[in-house]
Amino acid sequence: MCLAIPVKVLEIDGSTAKVDFGRGVVREVNITLVDAKVGDYVLVHAGYAIQVIDREAAEETVRLWNMILELSGPVRS
Amino acid sequence: MDGLTSRFRDPSLAKRVIEKIRKLAPPYTVRFCHVCGTHEYTITHYGLRSLLPETVDVIAGPGCPVCVTPAFEIDRAVSLALKGVTVLTFGDVIRVPGSEISLLDARARGGDVRVVYGVGDAVRIAREEPDKEFVFLAIGFETTAPSTANEILNGPPENLSFLIVHRLIPPVMELLLGIGDLQIDGFIAPGHVSTIIGMKPYRIFPEAYRMPTVIAGFEPLDVLFGILMLLRQVREEEARLENEYTRSVTWEGNVKAQRLIHEAFDVESGYWRGLGRIPSSALRLKDEFSEYDAKRKYDITVGRSRELMPGCLCHLVMIGKIKPPECPLFMKACTPQKPKGACMVSVEGTCSIWAKHGVRGRLRAQL
Ligand code: SF4
Repeated sequence: MCLAIPVKVLEIDGSTAKVDFGRGVVREVNITLVDAKVGDYVLVHAGYAIQVIDREAAEETVRLWNMILELSGPVRS
Repeated sequence: MDGLTSRFRDPSLAKRVIEKIRKLAPPYTVRFCHVCGTHEYTITHYGLRSLLPETVDVIAGPGCPVCVTPAFEIDRAVSLALKGVTVLTFGDVIRVPGSEISLLDARARGGDVRVVYGVGDAVRIAREEPDKEFVFLAIGFETTAPSTANEILNGPPENLSFLIVHRLIPPVMELLLGIGDLQIDGFIAPGHVSTIIGMKPYRIFPEAYRMPTVIAGFEPLDVLFGILMLLRQVREEEARLENEYTRSVTWEGNVKAQRLIHEAFDVESGYWRGLGRIPSSALRLKDEFSEYDAKRKYDITVGRSRELMPGCLCHLVMIGKIKPPECPLFMKACTPQKPKGACMVSVEGTCSIWAKHGVRGRLRAQL
Protein backbone atom coordinates (compact mmCIF):
# COMPACT_ATOMS: atom_id res chain seq x y z
CA MET A 1 0.00 0.00 0.00
CA CYS A 2 2.76 2.45 0.76
CA LEU A 3 4.48 1.48 -2.42
CA ALA A 4 5.29 4.60 -4.41
CA ILE A 5 6.99 4.54 -7.78
CA PRO A 6 8.99 7.30 -9.50
CA VAL A 7 7.38 8.36 -12.78
CA LYS A 8 8.04 11.19 -15.23
CA VAL A 9 5.63 14.11 -15.59
CA LEU A 10 4.65 14.59 -19.24
CA GLU A 11 1.88 17.21 -19.10
CA ILE A 12 0.18 19.27 -16.43
CA ASP A 13 -3.41 20.51 -16.39
CA GLY A 14 -4.31 22.18 -13.09
CA SER A 15 -4.05 19.62 -10.32
CA THR A 16 -3.81 16.73 -12.76
CA ALA A 17 -0.71 15.49 -14.55
CA LYS A 18 -0.15 12.90 -17.21
CA VAL A 19 2.75 10.74 -16.13
CA ASP A 20 4.76 8.02 -17.81
CA PHE A 21 4.77 4.74 -15.90
CA GLY A 22 7.12 3.23 -18.49
CA ARG A 23 6.44 0.67 -21.22
CA GLY A 24 3.98 3.04 -22.87
CA VAL A 25 1.68 3.23 -19.84
CA VAL A 26 0.52 6.82 -19.38
CA ARG A 27 -1.85 7.67 -16.54
CA GLU A 28 -3.30 10.69 -14.89
CA VAL A 29 -2.29 11.43 -11.33
CA ASN A 30 -3.21 14.17 -8.89
CA ILE A 31 -0.36 16.59 -8.14
CA THR A 32 -2.04 18.73 -5.46
CA LEU A 33 0.43 17.60 -2.80
CA VAL A 34 3.59 18.62 -4.70
CA ASP A 35 5.05 21.41 -6.82
CA ALA A 36 5.83 19.45 -9.94
CA LYS A 37 6.96 20.70 -13.34
CA VAL A 38 6.91 18.94 -16.69
CA GLY A 39 9.99 16.69 -16.89
CA ASP A 40 10.19 16.15 -13.11
CA TYR A 41 10.11 12.72 -11.58
CA VAL A 42 7.44 12.27 -8.92
CA LEU A 43 6.72 9.45 -6.49
CA VAL A 44 3.16 8.28 -7.01
CA HIS A 45 1.08 6.50 -4.40
CA ALA A 46 -2.59 5.53 -4.96
CA GLY A 47 -3.04 8.06 -7.74
CA TYR A 48 -1.39 10.97 -5.93
CA ALA A 49 2.11 12.33 -6.37
CA ILE A 50 3.60 12.58 -2.88
CA GLN A 51 7.11 13.89 -3.64
CA VAL A 52 9.25 15.32 -6.40
CA ILE A 53 12.54 13.46 -6.75
CA ASP A 54 15.13 15.50 -8.56
CA ARG A 55 18.13 13.95 -10.23
CA GLU A 56 20.44 15.77 -7.89
CA ALA A 57 18.82 14.25 -4.81
CA ALA A 58 19.20 10.85 -6.40
CA GLU A 59 22.91 11.50 -7.10
CA GLU A 60 23.16 12.68 -3.52
CA THR A 61 22.03 9.23 -2.34
CA VAL A 62 25.00 7.55 -3.95
CA ARG A 63 27.30 10.16 -2.38
CA LEU A 64 25.63 9.61 1.01
CA TRP A 65 26.13 5.86 0.73
CA ASN A 66 29.82 6.30 0.02
CA MET A 67 30.12 8.67 2.94
CA ILE A 68 28.46 6.20 5.29
CA LEU A 69 30.92 3.54 4.16
CA GLU A 70 33.81 5.89 4.96
CA LEU A 71 32.32 6.81 8.33
CA SER A 72 31.65 3.25 9.34
CA GLY A 73 35.31 2.54 9.79
CA PRO A 74 36.67 1.22 13.04
CA VAL A 75 34.42 1.82 16.03
CA ARG A 76 35.26 1.74 19.66
CA SER A 77 33.56 -1.15 21.39
CA MET B 1 15.42 7.50 -13.48
CA ASP B 2 17.17 5.38 -15.99
CA GLY B 3 20.95 5.55 -15.38
CA LEU B 4 20.54 5.99 -11.68
CA THR B 5 18.46 2.92 -11.08
CA SER B 6 21.44 0.83 -12.10
CA ARG B 7 23.65 2.71 -9.63
CA PHE B 8 21.08 2.04 -6.92
CA ARG B 9 21.61 -1.63 -7.68
CA ASP B 10 25.43 -1.51 -7.87
CA PRO B 11 26.64 -4.98 -6.73
CA SER B 12 30.08 -3.65 -5.70
CA LEU B 13 28.43 -1.16 -3.33
CA ALA B 14 26.27 -3.96 -1.99
CA LYS B 15 29.35 -6.07 -1.32
CA ARG B 16 31.03 -3.23 0.53
CA VAL B 17 28.03 -2.45 2.72
CA ILE B 18 27.56 -6.11 3.61
CA GLU B 19 31.24 -6.35 4.56
CA LYS B 20 30.84 -3.34 6.84
CA ILE B 21 27.73 -4.83 8.39
CA ARG B 22 29.63 -8.03 9.11
CA LYS B 23 32.45 -6.05 10.70
CA LEU B 24 30.12 -4.02 12.88
CA ALA B 25 27.85 -6.88 13.94
CA PRO B 26 28.18 -7.43 17.69
CA PRO B 27 28.77 -10.88 19.22
CA TYR B 28 25.33 -10.70 20.89
CA THR B 29 22.06 -10.66 18.93
CA VAL B 30 20.53 -7.34 17.90
CA ARG B 31 17.04 -7.09 16.52
CA PHE B 32 15.90 -4.30 14.19
CA CYS B 33 12.23 -3.78 13.46
CA HIS B 34 10.72 -2.22 10.36
CA VAL B 35 7.05 -1.31 10.08
CA CYS B 36 6.39 -1.37 6.36
CA GLY B 37 5.16 -4.03 3.97
CA THR B 38 7.32 -2.58 1.22
CA HIS B 39 10.43 -2.96 3.39
CA GLU B 40 9.48 -6.58 4.05
CA TYR B 41 9.09 -7.06 0.32
CA THR B 42 12.58 -5.67 -0.38
CA ILE B 43 14.14 -7.70 2.44
CA THR B 44 12.49 -10.99 1.49
CA HIS B 45 12.48 -10.64 -2.28
CA TYR B 46 16.20 -9.84 -2.39
CA GLY B 47 17.07 -12.35 0.33
CA LEU B 48 18.69 -9.68 2.51
CA ARG B 49 18.24 -11.66 5.74
CA SER B 50 20.45 -14.41 4.42
CA LEU B 51 23.21 -11.86 3.73
CA LEU B 52 23.24 -10.59 7.31
CA PRO B 53 25.43 -12.02 10.04
CA GLU B 54 23.70 -14.42 12.42
CA THR B 55 23.61 -11.88 15.22
CA VAL B 56 21.64 -9.32 13.19
CA ASP B 57 17.93 -10.08 13.03
CA VAL B 58 15.33 -8.02 11.17
CA ILE B 59 11.70 -8.39 12.14
CA ALA B 60 8.55 -7.09 10.47
CA GLY B 61 6.19 -4.94 12.52
CA PRO B 62 2.59 -3.98 11.66
CA GLY B 63 3.30 -2.28 8.34
CA CYS B 64 0.47 -3.70 6.29
CA PRO B 65 -2.58 -1.40 6.34
CA VAL B 66 -4.87 -4.07 4.95
CA CYS B 67 -3.78 -6.51 7.67
CA VAL B 68 -4.44 -4.11 10.54
CA THR B 69 -7.90 -3.11 9.33
CA PRO B 70 -10.29 -4.44 11.99
CA ALA B 71 -12.72 -7.19 11.02
CA PHE B 72 -15.65 -5.02 12.12
CA GLU B 73 -14.75 -2.35 9.54
CA ILE B 74 -14.80 -5.03 6.83
CA ASP B 75 -18.13 -6.22 8.31
CA ARG B 76 -19.53 -2.70 7.98
CA ALA B 77 -18.51 -2.53 4.33
CA VAL B 78 -19.92 -6.03 3.72
CA SER B 79 -23.24 -5.06 5.30
CA LEU B 80 -23.44 -1.95 3.09
CA ALA B 81 -22.62 -3.96 -0.01
CA LEU B 82 -25.37 -6.44 0.81
CA LYS B 83 -27.82 -3.55 1.28
CA GLY B 84 -27.21 -2.32 -2.25
CA VAL B 85 -24.58 0.36 -1.67
CA THR B 86 -21.63 0.04 -4.02
CA VAL B 87 -18.40 -0.40 -2.08
CA LEU B 88 -15.21 0.96 -3.64
CA THR B 89 -11.81 0.10 -2.22
CA PHE B 90 -8.21 -0.94 -2.91
CA GLY B 91 -7.37 -4.29 -4.52
CA ASP B 92 -6.34 -6.45 -1.59
CA VAL B 93 -9.02 -5.26 0.74
CA ILE B 94 -11.79 -7.13 -0.98
CA ARG B 95 -10.23 -10.52 -0.17
CA VAL B 96 -9.63 -9.85 3.52
CA PRO B 97 -11.88 -11.94 5.73
CA GLY B 98 -14.33 -10.03 7.89
CA SER B 99 -15.85 -11.80 10.88
CA GLU B 100 -17.90 -14.04 8.59
CA ILE B 101 -17.29 -13.14 4.96
CA SER B 102 -15.09 -10.91 2.80
CA LEU B 103 -16.17 -8.19 0.38
CA LEU B 104 -15.42 -10.65 -2.41
CA ASP B 105 -17.93 -13.08 -0.86
CA ALA B 106 -20.40 -10.20 -0.60
CA ARG B 107 -19.93 -9.63 -4.33
CA ALA B 108 -20.65 -13.31 -5.00
CA ARG B 109 -23.89 -12.82 -3.06
CA GLY B 110 -24.92 -10.00 -5.37
CA GLY B 111 -23.24 -7.01 -3.74
CA ASP B 112 -21.60 -4.41 -5.97
CA VAL B 113 -17.97 -4.25 -4.84
CA ARG B 114 -15.37 -2.60 -7.05
CA VAL B 115 -11.63 -2.18 -6.90
CA VAL B 116 -10.19 1.27 -7.49
CA TYR B 117 -6.61 2.51 -7.77
CA GLY B 118 -7.19 5.45 -5.48
CA VAL B 119 -9.77 7.74 -3.94
CA GLY B 120 -9.68 9.95 -7.05
CA ASP B 121 -11.20 7.08 -9.04
CA ALA B 122 -13.91 6.67 -6.42
CA VAL B 123 -14.94 10.32 -6.84
CA ARG B 124 -14.95 10.02 -10.62
CA ILE B 125 -17.07 6.85 -10.58
CA ALA B 126 -19.59 8.37 -8.15
CA ARG B 127 -19.93 11.40 -10.47
CA GLU B 128 -20.41 9.19 -13.51
CA GLU B 129 -23.19 7.19 -11.85
CA PRO B 130 -25.24 9.79 -9.94
CA ASP B 131 -28.19 7.42 -9.38
CA LYS B 132 -26.16 4.97 -7.33
CA GLU B 133 -24.91 5.23 -3.77
CA PHE B 134 -21.19 4.69 -3.17
CA VAL B 135 -18.98 4.15 -0.14
CA PHE B 136 -15.20 4.38 -0.30
CA LEU B 137 -13.48 2.16 2.27
CA ALA B 138 -10.47 4.35 3.00
CA ILE B 139 -7.65 2.34 4.48
CA GLY B 140 -3.95 3.17 4.64
CA PHE B 141 -1.35 4.98 6.71
CA GLU B 142 -0.13 8.58 6.53
CA THR B 143 0.97 8.01 2.92
CA THR B 144 -2.61 7.46 1.79
CA ALA B 145 -4.57 9.72 4.15
CA PRO B 146 -3.71 13.00 2.34
CA SER B 147 -5.41 11.80 -0.85
CA THR B 148 -8.62 10.98 1.05
CA ALA B 149 -8.40 14.33 2.85
CA ASN B 150 -7.95 16.24 -0.37
CA GLU B 151 -11.00 14.69 -2.05
CA ILE B 152 -13.15 15.31 1.03
CA LEU B 153 -12.02 18.94 1.25
CA ASN B 154 -12.80 19.39 -2.44
CA GLY B 155 -16.44 18.43 -1.88
CA PRO B 156 -17.14 14.97 -3.27
CA PRO B 157 -20.51 14.21 -4.91
CA GLU B 158 -23.45 13.64 -2.53
CA ASN B 159 -23.81 10.00 -3.48
CA LEU B 160 -20.32 9.18 -2.12
CA SER B 161 -19.51 8.70 1.54
CA PHE B 162 -16.48 7.28 3.35
CA LEU B 163 -15.60 4.60 5.85
CA ILE B 164 -12.37 6.03 7.23
CA VAL B 165 -9.94 3.41 8.52
CA HIS B 166 -6.71 5.40 8.23
CA ARG B 167 -4.12 4.53 10.87
CA LEU B 168 -0.96 6.28 12.05
CA ILE B 169 2.48 4.69 12.30
CA PRO B 170 4.40 6.41 15.15
CA PRO B 171 1.82 5.38 17.80
CA VAL B 172 2.04 1.71 16.80
CA MET B 173 5.84 1.90 16.94
CA GLU B 174 5.46 3.16 20.48
CA LEU B 175 3.17 0.24 21.26
CA LEU B 176 5.83 -2.21 20.03
CA LEU B 177 8.32 -0.76 22.49
CA GLY B 178 5.90 -1.56 25.30
CA ILE B 179 5.95 -5.26 24.36
CA GLY B 180 8.98 -6.07 26.48
CA ASP B 181 9.83 -9.50 25.16
CA LEU B 182 10.20 -8.25 21.58
CA GLN B 183 13.56 -6.74 22.57
CA ILE B 184 13.85 -4.27 19.74
CA ASP B 185 17.29 -2.63 19.38
CA GLY B 186 16.46 -0.23 16.57
CA PHE B 187 13.76 0.95 14.18
CA ILE B 188 13.92 1.06 10.42
CA ALA B 189 11.27 3.73 9.87
CA PRO B 190 9.12 3.65 6.73
CA GLY B 191 10.24 5.85 3.83
CA HIS B 192 6.93 6.83 2.33
CA VAL B 193 5.01 7.43 5.54
CA SER B 194 8.00 9.62 6.45
CA THR B 195 7.87 11.41 3.10
CA ILE B 196 4.54 12.77 4.35
CA ILE B 197 5.13 13.22 8.10
CA GLY B 198 8.84 14.07 7.94
CA MET B 199 11.49 13.08 10.48
CA LYS B 200 10.13 15.16 13.35
CA PRO B 201 7.52 12.76 14.77
CA TYR B 202 10.18 10.07 15.31
CA ARG B 203 12.23 12.25 17.68
CA ILE B 204 10.58 10.58 20.66
CA PHE B 205 12.20 7.24 19.86
CA PRO B 206 15.81 8.27 20.49
CA GLU B 207 14.85 10.96 23.01
CA ALA B 208 12.31 9.20 25.23
CA TYR B 209 13.14 5.54 24.56
CA ARG B 210 16.85 5.70 23.65
CA MET B 211 15.93 3.74 20.53
CA PRO B 212 18.16 4.12 17.45
CA THR B 213 15.90 5.05 14.51
CA VAL B 214 16.81 5.28 10.83
CA ILE B 215 14.38 6.21 8.08
CA ALA B 216 15.17 4.09 5.02
CA GLY B 217 14.15 3.82 1.38
CA PHE B 218 13.12 0.72 -0.51
CA GLU B 219 15.99 -0.27 -2.77
CA PRO B 220 17.92 -3.25 -1.36
CA LEU B 221 20.88 -0.89 -0.81
CA ASP B 222 18.65 1.58 1.07
CA VAL B 223 17.68 -1.14 3.52
CA LEU B 224 21.25 -2.43 3.89
CA PHE B 225 22.55 1.08 4.55
CA GLY B 226 19.73 1.61 7.02
CA ILE B 227 20.86 -1.51 8.88
CA LEU B 228 24.49 -0.36 8.80
CA MET B 229 23.50 3.04 10.24
CA LEU B 230 21.59 1.32 13.06
CA LEU B 231 24.49 -1.01 13.80
CA ARG B 232 26.81 1.93 14.06
CA GLN B 233 24.55 3.55 16.65
CA VAL B 234 24.33 0.28 18.58
CA ARG B 235 28.12 -0.11 18.63
CA GLU B 236 28.57 3.50 19.71
CA GLU B 237 25.90 2.98 22.38
CA GLU B 238 24.04 6.00 21.07
CA ALA B 239 20.47 6.55 20.00
CA ARG B 240 19.94 9.02 17.18
CA LEU B 241 17.34 9.76 14.56
CA GLU B 242 18.95 9.46 11.12
CA ASN B 243 17.72 9.65 7.57
CA GLU B 244 18.99 7.29 4.90
CA TYR B 245 16.19 8.19 2.44
CA THR B 246 17.28 11.79 1.86
CA ARG B 247 16.04 11.78 -1.72
CA SER B 248 12.45 11.74 -0.46
CA VAL B 249 12.31 12.49 3.27
CA THR B 250 12.95 15.87 4.88
CA TRP B 251 12.82 17.03 8.47
CA GLU B 252 9.44 18.74 7.98
CA GLY B 253 7.96 16.26 5.49
CA ASN B 254 5.23 17.19 3.03
CA VAL B 255 3.71 20.13 4.87
CA LYS B 256 0.86 20.57 2.44
CA ALA B 257 -0.19 16.94 2.85
CA GLN B 258 -0.02 17.28 6.64
CA ARG B 259 -2.20 20.39 6.49
CA LEU B 260 -4.84 18.58 4.44
CA ILE B 261 -4.88 15.70 6.93
CA HIS B 262 -5.42 18.13 9.79
CA GLU B 263 -8.14 20.04 7.96
CA ALA B 264 -10.18 16.92 7.23
CA PHE B 265 -9.49 14.69 10.22
CA ASP B 266 -9.14 14.59 13.99
CA VAL B 267 -6.80 12.12 15.66
CA GLU B 268 -8.38 9.58 17.99
CA SER B 269 -7.62 6.20 19.47
CA GLY B 270 -8.16 3.37 17.04
CA TYR B 271 -8.52 -0.38 16.92
CA TRP B 272 -5.89 -2.40 15.03
CA ARG B 273 -6.70 -5.93 14.00
CA GLY B 274 -4.96 -8.35 16.32
CA LEU B 275 -3.34 -5.55 18.33
CA GLY B 276 -6.27 -3.90 20.08
CA ARG B 277 -6.93 -0.24 20.70
CA ILE B 278 -3.98 2.14 20.39
CA PRO B 279 -4.17 5.75 21.63
CA SER B 280 -3.92 8.56 19.04
CA SER B 281 -3.45 6.09 16.19
CA ALA B 282 -6.49 6.68 13.98
CA LEU B 283 -8.06 9.43 11.91
CA ARG B 284 -11.70 10.43 12.19
CA LEU B 285 -13.63 12.76 9.88
CA LYS B 286 -14.10 16.17 11.46
CA ASP B 287 -17.70 16.92 12.46
CA GLU B 288 -18.10 19.51 9.71
CA PHE B 289 -17.75 16.70 7.15
CA SER B 290 -20.15 14.32 8.86
CA GLU B 291 -22.38 14.25 5.78
CA TYR B 292 -19.62 12.20 4.14
CA ASP B 293 -19.32 9.80 7.05
CA ALA B 294 -20.86 6.47 5.98
CA LYS B 295 -21.33 5.50 9.64
CA ARG B 296 -23.65 8.46 10.12
CA LYS B 297 -25.30 8.31 6.73
CA TYR B 298 -26.34 4.67 6.99
CA ASP B 299 -27.56 2.63 9.88
CA ILE B 300 -24.79 0.05 10.01
CA THR B 301 -24.96 -2.34 12.89
CA VAL B 302 -22.64 -5.27 12.89
CA GLY B 303 -22.48 -8.09 15.40
CA ARG B 304 -19.55 -9.17 17.55
CA SER B 305 -16.51 -9.39 15.40
CA ARG B 306 -14.02 -12.18 14.99
CA GLU B 307 -10.55 -10.87 14.34
CA LEU B 308 -8.67 -14.09 13.62
CA MET B 309 -9.64 -17.38 12.05
CA PRO B 310 -9.06 -20.34 14.38
CA GLY B 311 -5.37 -21.25 14.39
CA CYS B 312 -4.21 -18.09 12.59
CA LEU B 313 -1.28 -16.36 14.32
CA CYS B 314 -1.40 -13.12 12.32
CA HIS B 315 -1.41 -11.09 15.52
CA LEU B 316 2.02 -12.53 16.39
CA VAL B 317 3.36 -12.28 12.84
CA MET B 318 2.30 -8.62 12.70
CA ILE B 319 4.40 -7.58 15.66
CA GLY B 320 7.37 -9.65 14.51
CA LYS B 321 7.05 -12.01 17.47
CA ILE B 322 7.12 -14.97 15.08
CA LYS B 323 8.13 -15.38 11.45
CA PRO B 324 5.52 -16.94 9.12
CA PRO B 325 7.02 -20.48 9.02
CA GLU B 326 6.49 -20.64 12.79
CA CYS B 327 2.73 -20.64 12.17
CA PRO B 328 1.65 -24.31 11.88
CA LEU B 329 -0.78 -23.40 9.09
CA PHE B 330 1.79 -21.60 6.90
CA MET B 331 1.81 -23.13 3.41
CA LYS B 332 -0.30 -26.00 4.70
CA ALA B 333 -3.86 -24.94 5.50
CA CYS B 334 -2.99 -21.33 4.62
CA THR B 335 -1.58 -20.39 1.20
CA PRO B 336 -1.86 -17.33 -1.06
CA GLN B 337 -4.53 -19.24 -3.02
CA LYS B 338 -6.50 -20.16 0.12
CA PRO B 339 -5.53 -17.59 2.74
CA LYS B 340 -6.74 -17.92 6.32
CA GLY B 341 -5.59 -14.58 7.66
CA ALA B 342 -5.15 -11.03 6.44
CA CYS B 343 -1.34 -11.45 6.58
CA MET B 344 -1.62 -14.00 3.78
CA VAL B 345 -4.19 -12.02 1.78
CA SER B 346 -2.52 -8.68 1.31
CA VAL B 347 0.49 -8.33 -1.00
CA GLU B 348 2.01 -6.39 1.89
CA GLY B 349 1.25 -9.04 4.48
CA THR B 350 4.33 -10.76 5.88
CA CYS B 351 2.93 -14.27 5.32
CA SER B 352 2.06 -13.53 1.71
CA ILE B 353 5.49 -12.00 1.03
CA TRP B 354 7.26 -15.01 2.56
CA ALA B 355 5.03 -17.39 0.62
CA LYS B 356 5.75 -15.72 -2.72
CA HIS B 357 9.31 -14.49 -2.38
CA GLY B 358 10.82 -16.24 0.57
CA VAL B 359 12.80 -19.02 -0.98
CA ARG B 360 15.87 -17.45 -2.44
CA GLY B 361 16.79 -13.83 -2.75
CA ARG B 362 17.83 -12.18 -5.97
CA LEU B 363 20.58 -10.05 -4.55
CA ARG B 364 22.17 -13.07 -2.97
CA ALA B 365 22.16 -14.76 -6.34
CA GLN B 366 23.95 -11.74 -7.83
CA LEU B 367 26.75 -11.55 -5.30
S1 SF4 C 1 0.28 -18.33 7.75
FE1 SF4 C 1 -1.90 -17.90 7.52
S2 SF4 C 1 -2.83 -18.69 9.35
FE2 SF4 C 1 -0.65 -18.47 9.78
S3 SF4 C 1 -0.41 -16.41 10.64
FE3 SF4 C 1 -0.10 -16.21 8.45
S4 SF4 C 1 -2.12 -15.67 7.67
FE4 SF4 C 1 -2.46 -16.49 9.72
